[in-house]
Amino acid sequence: MKVQFSDVSMRFGAMEVLQHVTLGAEEGEFLCILGPSGCGKSTLLNIAGGFLAPSSGSVTIDGEPVTAPDRRRIFVFQERGVFPWLTVEGNIGFGLFDMSAGDRQARVSQYIDLVGLRGFEKSYPRELSGGMKQRVEVARALAVNPDVLFLDEPFGALDSITRLQMRSELLRIWRAERKTVLFVTHDIEESVQLADRVVVMSARPGKIRRVVDIDIPHPRDLSSRRYIELRDLIFGEIGLAHQV
Amino acid sequence: MKTHPRDTEHAEKALSAPSVPLWFQRFMLPLTTAAIILILWSIAVRASGTKIFPTPAAVAKAITTLAEKSLLWHYIADSLTRVFAGYTAAIAVGIPLGFLLGWYAPLARSINPLIQMLRPISPLAWMPLAVIWFGVSNAAPTFLIFLASLFPIIVAAMNGVRNVPPMYIQAGRNFGLTTPQLMTRVMIPAVLPRIIVGLRLAFGIAWVVLVAAEMIAVDSGLGYLIIDARNAGKRYDLVVAGMLMIGLIGLLLDTGIRKIEQWISD
Ligand SMILES: Nc1ncnc2c1ncn2[C@@H]1O[C@H](COP(=O)(O)OP(=O)(O)OP(=O)(O)O)[C@@H](O)[C@H]1O
Ligand SMILES: [Mg+2]
Repeated sequence: MKVQFSDVSMRFGAMEVLQHVTLGAEEGEFLCILGPSGCGKSTLLNIAGGFLAPSSGSVTIDGEPVTAPDRRRIFVFQERGVFPWLTVEGNIGFGLFDMSAGDRQARVSQYIDLVGLRGFEKSYPRELSGGMKQRVEVARALAVNPDVLFLDEPFGALDSITRLQMRSELLRIWRAERKTVLFVTHDIEESVQLADRVVVMSARPGKIRRVVDIDIPHPRDLSSRRYIELRDLIFGEIGLAHQV
Repeated sequence: MKTHPRDTEHAEKALSAPSVPLWFQRFMLPLTTAAIILILWSIAVRASGTKIFPTPAAVAKAITTLAEKSLLWHYIADSLTRVFAGYTAAIAVGIPLGFLLGWYAPLARSINPLIQMLRPISPLAWMPLAVIWFGVSNAAPTFLIFLASLFPIIVAAMNGVRNVPPMYIQAGRNFGLTTPQLMTRVMIPAVLPRIIVGLRLAFGIAWVVLVAAEMIAVDSGLGYLIIDARNAGKRYDLVVAGMLMIGLIGLLLDTGIRKIEQWISD
């Protein structure tokens, strides 16, 4: 297993947030963690990222216990984490400070192309749309060539059209770069569109209710029987009738 | 997002639409106000028959005499030297101290109450102590300027550091920055806009305090010019001339800082 949570529990003071989470992600796997707001998804991701220590249990990556943040695994934020004082180029090259200027330039250029921001190299984040800022952040993470990406509701603040585009771009990038991805969302459709497996969590204290294999090849047909079946299965698992 | 060119054209037209051109609004309107005030002032002095309060013409003459005697330039230079010495010392102490207080919560808990207690004391209240410590010298007003600008700078830096979005710090750590690298590459640029605002505020206070300090603790400078003109012969034309110079130089310096502020936030 690339990333392994072993019996992870977390409490903040008297509040239990996570209970006995045991979960593994394989190398190159796209794992979605799905659950209601406040169930501890961000907490779980922060533990894996080394930003929080669990109250009990442990997380290992490649068999090594996680104790601190590491540039081999990069966290992409729910809120906008791009640095407003740097240009697109500056942001994407942020983590490449130990490279020579020439190598850095080449790497930055490569990822500007990958996320489709050619022509905006010298722009500042305030001149970009929400989706473009999110691309900068993804490129900044990928540029340091991490082997794990943690994404915490990265598209949560985007409009539904941009969100859909960003999903297919993320899949394209994931296929090209083959990172292990842990993607937190509370959007059921999003999880079925993206994931190899969807980890469905309960309301707080967060426990794993079920892990659903999404056995649909990419590109996924959102009106196929299997897609609708799996989506409804998860709706049922979360305890929602699929009606408004 | 780019707006349609025609939309922006419309917007600009709409903004500058009032038939008065922009240069007129920027320069002619304030000049007109100034002219009206000068005329009213003139009339008021003549009508009241006062022998004490000078006419604008008298003040203008006073300024030219002062400028010719080179005393004015000396006084301005002395005032500026004091204000810059005290102000830069306050920056040198205040910014690092503010950073430390913002970064280390326990330090803030132990020192912040003291700072908050010292802060409302007018820097002028330190005058007697400053005179005892430094005598009648440049050091006394410089020290008061230092105190006056120190607290707003500390507070701006401290609050700035505290309000840096945690995800910037988390991202910095994630990319493997050490604490010093985190300071230079994340914290300083993130806090800079707030610090500049604090610096401008501090400068405004410093300039006000300078003049008051120079009325007591020294025998040169714009503040001294005013007090001396009154004491040595009730020269109210010189008093008003000094006041105008203080206002004008203060305005120029504030404009300078504003320019730096715009340049940085760009
Ligand atoms: N540092 C903290 N100190 C105290 N409580 C915290 C802390 N971080 C999170 N919590 C609490 O833990 C619970 C889970 O938070 P978390 O952010 O992990 O939820 P989430 O599943 O990501 O929710 P959302 O979908 O709304 O982002 C919440 O009730 C939150 O208030
Ligand atoms: Mg969350």
